[in-house]
Amino acid sequence: MSTATHTRILTDEMIAEIKAFFPRYPSRQAVTLPALHVVNEKLRCVPLQAVVEIGELLELPPAVVQDTLSFYGYFKQDAPHGETRAWVCRSISCALRGADEILDHMCKVARMHPGECSPNGKLTIEFAECLGACEMAPCMLTGEVLHKDLTKESAERFVKDLIGK
Amino acid sequence: MPQFEPVLLANVGKPESHTLKVYESTGGYTGLKKVLKQMAPVQAIEMVKSSNLRGRGGAGFPTGLKWSFLPKDHPGPIYMCINADESEPGTFNNRILMEDDPHQVIEGIIVGCYATKATTAYLYIRVEYPRSYKRLQMAIDECYAKGYLGKNILGADFSLDIFLHRGAAAYICGEETGLIESLEGKRAWPRIKPPFPAVEGVFRKPTVVNNIETMACVTQIARRGVDWFKSIGVPSDPNNPRDPGSYGPKLYCLSGHINQPGCYEAPLGITCRQLIEEYGGGVWKGRKGKAAIPGGISMGLLTEAEFDTPLDFAGPGKVGCLGLGTAAVVVMDETTSMIDFLHNSCRFFSHESCGQCTPCREGTHWSLSMLERIKAGKGRLRDLDLLLEIGDTIGIIPGTTICGLSDGAAWPIKNAIRKFRGEFEEYIKRTNPTGHLETKAVPALPILAGAH
Ligand SMILES: Cc1cc2nc3c(=O)[nH]c(=O)nc-3n(C[C@H](O)[C@H](O)[C@H](O)COP(=O)(O)O)c2cc1C
Ligand code: SF4
Ligand code: FES
Repeated sequence: MSTATHTRILTDEMIAEIKAFFPRYPSRQAVTLPALHVVNEKLRCVPLQAVVEIGELLELPPAVVQDTLSFYGYFKQDAPHGETRAWVCRSISCALRGADEILDHMCKVARMHPGECSPNGKLTIEFAECLGACEMAPCMLTGEVLHKDLTKESAERFVKDLIGK
Repeated sequence: MPQFEPVLLANVGKPESHTLKVYESTGGYTGLKKVLKQMAPVQAIEMVKSSNLRGRGGAGFPTGLKWSFLPKDHPGPIYMCINADESEPGTFNNRILMEDDPHQVIEGIIVGCYATKATTAYLYIRVEYPRSYKRLQMAIDECYAKGYLGKNILGADFSLDIFLHRGAAAYICGEETGLIESLEGKRAWPRIKPPFPAVEGVFRKPTVVNNIETMACVTQIARRGVDWFKSIGVPSDPNNPRDPGSYGPKLYCLSGHINQPGCYEAPLGITCRQLIEEYGGGVWKGRKGKAAIPGGISMGLLTEAEFDTPLDFAGPGKVGCLGLGTAAVVVMDETTSMIDFLHNSCRFFSHESCGQCTPCREGTHWSLSMLERIKAGKGRLRDLDLLLEIGDTIGIIPGTTICGLSDGAAWPIKNAIRKFRGEFEEYIKRTNPTGHLETKAVPALPILAGAH
């Protein structure tokens, strides 16, 4: 990790997007999550340097932004997650219909542990807690797409399509 | 038995049900117009108070009463926070309302803000709901264009903005003060109460926190009246003057080992068995039921023999569950292992504890460690008593923690072991024939890490 470089990470576009949130809240700190989302959507992670720059925009010490970020495991810091971030639900309604086995199977097919990114950068597999789609269990969320009624076969096809096997 | 004619779900499934055009063509915003024209804010609070509407987010607190706790003649601003964090395992009714009928929710928010004199509403929505987010934003934009939001709404001396605020995949953001902290840009550590949010909430101002389904109910009360609302559900207990009853329609979520999983609207007070048989088409694969979660995993377990429990605010508590919760019923068939169930529950709460309170952080962690050990065939009978000791001592009910997450962690432990103790003992003896009587400390096994 090269924290020594000081090339700016936040683009003008990101800064404008973050500033657009300012009028919505009486405090700058409240823009922390929106700002983290703006950066995360573009970079698929929020590097330390971005935290410093968000702090400047929000008039907060970087440690305060980092404190918030580190609470939400959602934001990766060290490396971007894959182009597709697959969240496989493991909570009760999905587990009753085989979710744990599906997650295991996907990881085996991809030869990855949950949380890791495939070598071609295309896929990160993670477990998720209840996705609020329990009537479609077992299910998985990839970005905005909800995959319902997963089977080992459909999950395997999904993984292989992305990692190119 | 005829099924209840849906009100909250009346538009769901119709083409373009999320648009203002369709919503208005089915009576949308008539309730708001009535309230703005005919009522002062105090009268609007009175309307909701007299309906006995109780919050649908899990705690069942009377909504009108909560609104009346706001300080009188406060110079403002007063904030409304709408809780769309919906993360309780088994629960998805808020998602359906937001995706398919966002205007019904927004109308209730506008009425609620008029009543409470709130001028800004933040709708805190979990990041796992991108479709709801889009649909809500579209609906909000339509409302600004039509004069339902913004300055001087429909010519009244009342202005309101609604902003969507996305969470970041943490269950604890659904706890109302965790939500407030998260909205302020901090870690979602619940606050010690008092002060309650009505006195000092977000940005240290008076704040009301309400659930999505609660707001949809407000819409229907404004449109159809208090008498309509009170004609549905279970009346207050005449022998208990403090019982607000269980009035109105309710969105029950049904999932797990069931033929037709889904979200069903029924009067409060139908039984778990009715829900399973009449709405869900029975337990799947022709099997028998073994247990069911009555209202999200935090509420504990009903055994099959308890399926006739009415799912109103008072029912589940009478058979040892924590309460009605979110009314999300998760069915388990006769082949389900209660050890697996409890392992799943402990894993969830261990992952989601915010870590502030030692009994919750350590209790959820060690209960998962013990369940991992039991599942791996290294359980001891003594573990069951240790688990019960954790279950009996963590939570705001025993008074050891800041928020109710830990009560939710405790109830599945207590219900599973007390209601299915024989199965746990049998499993431990069978899988650990030489060690199940061990009482000395044994090492914990590693736990799967590695995701958000
Ligand atoms: C751990 C925990 C998680 C909660 N999650 C939610 C949630 O996702 N949605 C919700 O509306 N209420 C949730 N609640 C309940 C809220 O604290 C609060 O009671 C509710 O939002 C109030 O709204 P209502 O009165 O309209 O039900 C949660 C409570 C706890 C203790
Ligand atoms: S009870 Fe648990 S989740 Fe709630 S504040 Fe304490 S540690 Fe956090
Ligand atoms: S349990 Fe998987 S979506 Fe709810």
